[in-house]
Amino acid sequence: MHPLSHRACSLKIFFFLFLSFFLFYAGPTHAGENTTRFEEGLSLLLHKDFKLKGKGIQQIADSGEKHSEQLLQALLEGGLYRVKKDNTLVYAAIDGSKASITAVLDGRDLGIAKKRKLKKITINNTLRTKLKGVLAAIDLNNPDPEIRLAAVNKLITTPTMDSSALLEKLLQTEPDDNVRLALTTAMAIISLRSPDSEQKLAALAVLRGSLNPAVRNELNSLIAREQNQEVRKKAESVLTAIESKIAFYALVEKIFFGLSLGSVLVLAAIGLAITFGVIGVINMAHGELIMLGAYTTYVLQQMMPGSISLALFLAIPAAFIVSGLAGIIIERSVIRFLYGRPLETLLATFGISLILQQAVRSVFSPLNRSVATPAWMSGSLQINPILSLTTNRLTIFVFALLVFAGLYLILKKSSIGLQVRAVSQNRAMARAMGIRAARVDALTFGLGSGIAGIAGVALSQLTNVGPNLGQAYIIDSFMVVVFGGVGNLWGTLIGGLSLGVANKFFEPWAGAVLAKILILVFIILFIQKRPQGLFPQKGRAAG
Amino acid sequence: MIIIQYLKDDRGGAFMLGLLVLTTIVIPVCNLLVPESSGLHISTYTMTLMGKYLCYALLAMAVDLVWGYLGILSLGHGAFFALGGYAMGMYLMRQIGSRGVYGDPILPDFMVFLNWQLLPWFWHGFDWFWFAMLMVVLVPGLLALVFGWLAFRSRVTGVYLSIITQALTYALLLAFFRNEMGFGGNNGLTDFKDILGFSLQADSTRAGLFIASGLALGLGYLSCLYITRSRLGKLCTAIRDQEDRARFIGYRVENVKLWIFTFSAMLAGVAGALYVPQVGIINPGEFSPLASIEIVIWVAVGGRATLYGAVAGALMVNYAKSYLTAAMPDAWLFALGALFVLVTLLLPRGVTGLLRKKEVTQ
Amino acid sequence: MKSKLLTASLACALTLSSLFSGQARAEETIKVGVLHSLSGTMAISETTLKDTMLMLIDEQNKKGGLLGKKLEAVVVDPASNWPLFAEKARELISKDKVAAVFGCWTSVSRKSVLPVFEELNSLLFYPVQYEGEESSKNVFYTGAAPNQQAIPAVDYLMNEMGVKRWVLAGTDYVYPRTTNKILEAYLKDKGVAEEDIMINYTPFGHSDWQSIVSDIKKFGSAGKKTAVVSTINGDANVPFYKELGNQGITADKIPVVAFSVGEEELSGIDTNPLVGHLAAWNYFMSVDNETNDAFIESWHKFIKNDTRVTNDPMEAHYIGFNMWVKAVEKAGTTDPTAVQDAIIGVTVPNLSGGYSAMMPNHHITKPVLIGEIQNDGQFEVVWQTSGMVAGDAWSDYLEGSKDLISDWRNPLSCGSFNVKTGKCSGQK
Repeated sequence: MHPLSHRACSLKIFFFLFLSFFLFYAGPTHAGENTTRFEEGLSLLLHKDFKLKGKGIQQIADSGEKHSEQLLQALLEGGLYRVKKDNTLVYAAIDGSKASITAVLDGRDLGIAKKRKLKKITINNTLRTKLKGVLAAIDLNNPDPEIRLAAVNKLITTPTMDSSALLEKLLQTEPDDNVRLALTTAMAIISLRSPDSEQKLAALAVLRGSLNPAVRNELNSLIAREQNQEVRKKAESVLTAIESKIAFYALVEKIFFGLSLGSVLVLAAIGLAITFGVIGVINMAHGELIMLGAYTTYVLQQMMPGSISLALFLAIPAAFIVSGLAGIIIERSVIRFLYGRPLETLLATFGISLILQQAVRSVFSPLNRSVATPAWMSGSLQINPILSLTTNRLTIFVFALLVFAGLYLILKKSSIGLQVRAVSQNRAMARAMGIRAARVDALTFGLGSGIAGIAGVALSQLTNVGPNLGQAYIIDSFMVVVFGGVGNLWGTLIGGLSLGVANKFFEPWAGAVLAKILILVFIILFIQKRPQGLFPQKGRAAG
Repeated sequence: MIIIQYLKDDRGGAFMLGLLVLTTIVIPVCNLLVPESSGLHISTYTMTLMGKYLCYALLAMAVDLVWGYLGILSLGHGAFFALGGYAMGMYLMRQIGSRGVYGDPILPDFMVFLNWQLLPWFWHGFDWFWFAMLMVVLVPGLLALVFGWLAFRSRVTGVYLSIITQALTYALLLAFFRNEMGFGGNNGLTDFKDILGFSLQADSTRAGLFIASGLALGLGYLSCLYITRSRLGKLCTAIRDQEDRARFIGYRVENVKLWIFTFSAMLAGVAGALYVPQVGIINPGEFSPLASIEIVIWVAVGGRATLYGAVAGALMVNYAKSYLTAAMPDAWLFALGALFVLVTLLLPRGVTGLLRKKEVTQ
Repeated sequence: MKSKLLTASLACALTLSSLFSGQARAEETIKVGVLHSLSGTMAISETTLKDTMLMLIDEQNKKGGLLGKKLEAVVVDPASNWPLFAEKARELISKDKVAAVFGCWTSVSRKSVLPVFEELNSLLFYPVQYEGEESSKNVFYTGAAPNQQAIPAVDYLMNEMGVKRWVLAGTDYVYPRTTNKILEAYLKDKGVAEEDIMINYTPFGHSDWQSIVSDIKKFGSAGKKTAVVSTINGDANVPFYKELGNQGITADKIPVVAFSVGEEELSGIDTNPLVGHLAAWNYFMSVDNETNDAFIESWHKFIKNDTRVTNDPMEAHYIGFNMWVKAVEKAGTTDPTAVQDAIIGVTVPNLSGGYSAMMPNHHITKPVLIGEIQNDGQFEVVWQTSGMVAGDAWSDYLEGSKDLISDWRNPLSCGSFNVKTGKCSGQK
């Protein structure tokens, strides 16, 4: 660690120790009085009426009692219970039908109790907002700069003249740049409400280029009410600048949405690009192979409940194996009798898809299964106040590219890939060269199916895991493969991504339904222009 | 009477037609004239069900005409069927008049319900039966003409053609789901009262519709037979087997394909129009790509390029579906799926192929 | 040639064999039809209802059956295919001769079977919340009408949470369209400005919610308290809620109140990011009373899985089935016309701790509950109506239907009677 930052760090700790002391023990109230307040608040929490509970929360927060923060946090997270018998408040960690409980007042471990003997202290949204607000006031002094930032951002949305002084004080001691910026923004917003034009102009200068939505709202209302021409002009110019910046980020966001949608399409379609494009099987069961991958994820998560992330990572090879094996079985038992009759593979695989769907319904029930998302994949990457990229979408985008690259390498660089290409280009010649075509067919189909399984792992993070999962993607997958050009992996990648982006550009002015129709009409017309798709196969194989 | 000549060569077809004539006469008679207590009585349920099957059979035949004889695997024929059905449905909606639940003399219930003020322009004219019947063939025909003109002219073939027909029906599915379109959205058109003044709930009307379906199937069969056995039909087979060669010889391949495709679409439209009054509802579900794939499967199960095979396939698969969904509601998809797989593997020429193989070996 | 004839006649015999089967069975049992999709897109929701019906029938048989006879469930699979619903309904009524049918989920399936029930004069108990605007002599609507779900929920958001800006998001079909029409009229009535209402429709099974959620977020950042009223249908909800969670829309920022998301739907979602979002129903599994406890217990025993949840449409079937049983006992026969007369006014306990009654318009009285999603996949009731709310077949907020009433008692006996013109249109 840099010595300077080290010093800053210890300074910070000192500061917070000081401040928290100040916050909790300042003021004219006596400790005894606080305790009664605290206990009164606790008893209010036991009421059914949410208004009384709200009063209780306020009392607890005002009491400054030292474990009030822990208590309020537990209340917010739903970890606060009352024992039905004697109405004592306890913290409970639920595990199945049992719960280990600790007393709120003295922190005594009360052992394990049956869950049915307890009743959760419930809150509603109003209380939730209130709790967050109360905790945010405490959070303003949290050592973690991110939590402080969130707390300040919360203050920005409801600025009052009183908070100005508080913010000023915080600003003087705040070491983190981002938090400082948020604090100055908050103060500037407050200044916009002052009667003094000079002060307003100064605030406007500070706010130029700020993307915080609260700033825009404040500017809008300022323009509406402001008498002073100069101030109004300045405010308008600041607003225009902000809006053009917003338009730019909206464009970036739209492209991201499009790429993300496209990457899902690519993932769903890329397995099909192999089974359909390389060996010419119209595999209507492709969607169900995706579904198998998603269910594999579910099963793994059930088997290792404690480690969601690990289960998810293990699900990638597992799904590849499950779906790949299913694919090889389908190929060996049905499809190998149908080579050279592609349209009949459609019929047989449609039958298989019905069987697989019903099998999943029988085994897992027709209900959707819940697949958990690991913490690192939920939430979003905040670029600025108006642009944030959701982490799961980002992960899946990268994942799709990795899968594509892996598949591409297998086909181009490995010996099995060479054999696959040889068989697909000229089966007779490949066999003459000593390639066991039947084995290659099975492996190719297995590969395509396995990739479908991997797509299922990714989709389990985005959508329903249920028996209908496959059907939702099969049509789109065919469109992507045909649009990109059958038998061309690059075509699938470019095709999928561009269809995704195009869809997202149509969506705002046409609505979700019309956008999809437009894309389909576009594909129909495009195929008229280029009957072999975006990247037609060249040479003899094209015939 | 060249048709009779053709029929003589087409034993399976002649047999099927004979059977069709028989059922078209026997079933309505057994339903209307035989008293309910008699063992020979055929319930209205069965008759309506059979009528529905006959419509499906006509649809399957339309698909067989383009797939079996021209090699165009259409995964979008459900669209033409549904369009014909909607045209009929719109006529039936207009017949309700002021008997709807809101009692509005002009607007159908679903429009009143969504606060529409005016009847959309494309609903005008459907008060007349002849106009609706014209639309039943014109709308699917026109769509097929435009679509086919685009596709065949730019020589889209094989799977590409199949997939864009699928895109076509999928796009129409989404479009008809939209309530703004004025076709009743997801609910579609339903609650029909009468057709040409006859109550749709009366057994005699149902018998009439059943006979009409039988007639349509018979006439459709004869016209398809005529086409496939004529010079045009020979040309079709040539195109199916070697499109380039047919083109080199100097035939306008695109035109042949276009006209047959359009005719097939019109047949599908007629099937849809007869289907709607018998099942009592038309909704966008008919446009679903999976429904269209199912039609192809009927044809494959029955036997491609025989026409009567398509009819047999449609009847068998649908009967199996009706029977199994009631007999084993939890597991019928296993049976149906297995049927498709086994037929493809063991009977590559469909069920009727079994019979023909015998013919060849004899 | 001979074998050909043989095969062909075999096929023909197979086709015709359905004609005669099922008519010869004797009548020692009372048959009850169960018309729920067990395959296709709706199987997710409807299979549970089939199981619920089997359980209820089983329990009734243990209590000695009905009118001294055993009940027998006839289960068919209409496979989420709407015309097939009509065919199967006809099969149940005319071939299997069932006394009543419990079934359907989507509006379109109900619309599809409606003419069949009216023609053959049989009874259908429909257990799902729906858009209203219908009242048939042959159908009993045990789910919520819009005034039993949507309007109270909006009232709650407006009065208790101070919501000023509204997003009405739904799947593009009749139920959301109508509900949103009603809500839009209602909100404007309450003084909400045009620009404070955003309406959005998406196709069935919509899975890419990025843009729409981002739009909602932008709409909600205008400084006024915003809420989403969601009529998004079944399958599309999981990706919708996942996207909400990921884009950081938590319940305290922009609460979402849903009318089609219940315990069953939540069991397919990780609910941690959703805590505090709301749903409006007439029943929640978490409701604390003895009837409900007993119901849950027997459900767990019947389905042999004590992690299975219960939901509102199951309660609707519970109410509907018990009403039918009571009405049959009252009428002393299963004859549909007699049951139609007997059932009006029948009162049975519901699972939310009260009694539901069948109204003359074939809708029932129910309490309205607002629940917040908890991290264990359950709802916690945060608000409920003080009494029962009677289902309204015709909305007061729609132009075409505000003058209509429905009353199936004599002498009116009409499903859509216009009080202004004094005329009865539709079924009589």
